[in-house]
Amino acid sequence: MKLLHCPVNGPRPVSEFVYWGEIRPMPDPARASDAEWADYVFNRDAAAGVKREWWCHVPSGVWFVAERDTARDAVLRTYLWGEGA
Amino acid sequence: MPFRLLRFALSPGYPEPRMFTAHDAPRPAYDVVIIGAGGHGLAAAYYLARDHGITDVAVLEKGYIGGGNTGRNTTIVRSNYLTPEGVAFYDESVRLWQDLAEDFDLNLFYSTRGHYTLAHTDSAMRTMRWRAEVNKHLGVKSEVVDAGDVQRAMPMMDVSCGGHAPVLGALFHEPGAIVRHDAVAWGYGRGADRRGVEIHQRTEVTGIEVEGGRVRAVQTNRGRIETRKVLCAVAGSTPRLLDMVGIRSPLYVHPLQAMVSEPVKPFLDPIVVSGSLHVYISQSARGELVMGSSLDPYELHSTRSTFDFAEGLAAHMLDLFPCLSHVNVNRQWAGIADMTADFAPIMGRTPLDGFYLDAGWGTWGFKATPVCGKTMAYTVANDAIHPLIEGFGLDRFADYRLTGEKGAASVGH
Repeated sequence: MKLLHCPVNGPRPVSEFVYWGEIRPMPDPARASDAEWADYVFNRDAAAGVKREWWCHVPSGVWFVAERDTARDAVLRTYLWGEGA
Repeated sequence: MPFRLLRFALSPGYPEPRMFTAHDAPRPAYDVVIIGAGGHGLAAAYYLARDHGITDVAVLEKGYIGGGNTGRNTTIVRSNYLTPEGVAFYDESVRLWQDLAEDFDLNLFYSTRGHYTLAHTDSAMRTMRWRAEVNKHLGVKSEVVDAGDVQRAMPMMDVSCGGHAPVLGALFHEPGAIVRHDAVAWGYGRGADRRGVEIHQRTEVTGIEVEGGRVRAVQTNRGRIETRKVLCAVAGSTPRLLDMVGIRSPLYVHPLQAMVSEPVKPFLDPIVVSGSLHVYISQSARGELVMGSSLDPYELHSTRSTFDFAEGLAAHMLDLFPCLSHVNVNRQWAGIADMTADFAPIMGRTPLDGFYLDAGWGTWGFKATPVCGKTMAYTVANDAIHPLIEGFGLDRFADYRLTGEKGAASVGH
């Protein structure tokens, strides 16, 4: 079983977590053109690499950031939003 | 003993022509370069050569022929989709499938089994009726059946599912079939090879040269190849290829796992799918149970297998077939699925002239192999979108014109 390190609860089985995708900056909806907004809504950086992602530990409702290498399925580190930089 | 076999024993060399011609190195230029020697790429090469007379074609493959999702799927062919665009497209594919073995002079073990999509809730039954009506309207054989019919077709199934998710009925799709998937790639590959197409295995594309908004050449680990037309048919590697030419896409990449059991006595003739239980199962000609489930829950570019998958799938399958509790799993594997937001593929031209895309086939691309090859060959040869794939263009996302093919994946993702 694969373990993921929750910044609050420590290592837990990965089945307790939900993946919520790469962290992407949202353009200002009032100023973005239709093309910019469609790019934000649909397009993704889907090639393999190290990505910053949203994950949630479901039983405790903790949202946090994981840096993960999507080519190797290796989590490099996890931290709460705002604490990682 | 047939004398044909005796020749193999007595001849010093291999007495029959090999399946494919072995080429030394790619030539410096071709009319068309196809990236990816899976079913889709080889089918496109085959129809380019056969129907359009374009034989100066190279198919480049990073690994080996049919080693990607073509050899990793669960071999199911059906056309019981939800949108009229989807039904018309896949039904053409089913028609092509049925004549393919003769076309190739190769036994594909095409086996029409009938396909049951189980409904465990009233809302699922409503969707089945909807799909049946769309299918019938377009001349595709689909009908809604009740739990008694399901039980008669599959006597070993526990239609009460242990009492917690009883089967209320199913969408029965008579033309549902299974095919030997490796043979599909080999058949298309050999057909293309014999018409002069060159297949280069272990040839990885490392870059694409663009000049004046148009493709000029591809760079590979075995040299540079000049070409004016490139067809990209590389499933999970599509985002990496698109990054080379600076095209953004809505693809996202998750693995899809499957597994196969040890062979058991034939007891399951039809193909059975349950969207609610996230499981599909068929029995191969060898007696193995071929089983699949939904996508892995997070993005990944590795074909590793997980115990979570095998455990979850087995639990759901035992709800349907408690009699399988003692059966061992023989193999487990994964393919890399390139998914789209609307469960429809991305096919046709791109903003870059001469760069054609056949992607976004996620978890449902195998059944579409023949029709993809045919429509992409037409599109590449004429530089014009084939009418059957007009709804699948990359530009539909920027225009918010999504296709919404909820029937695409037999198991909800």
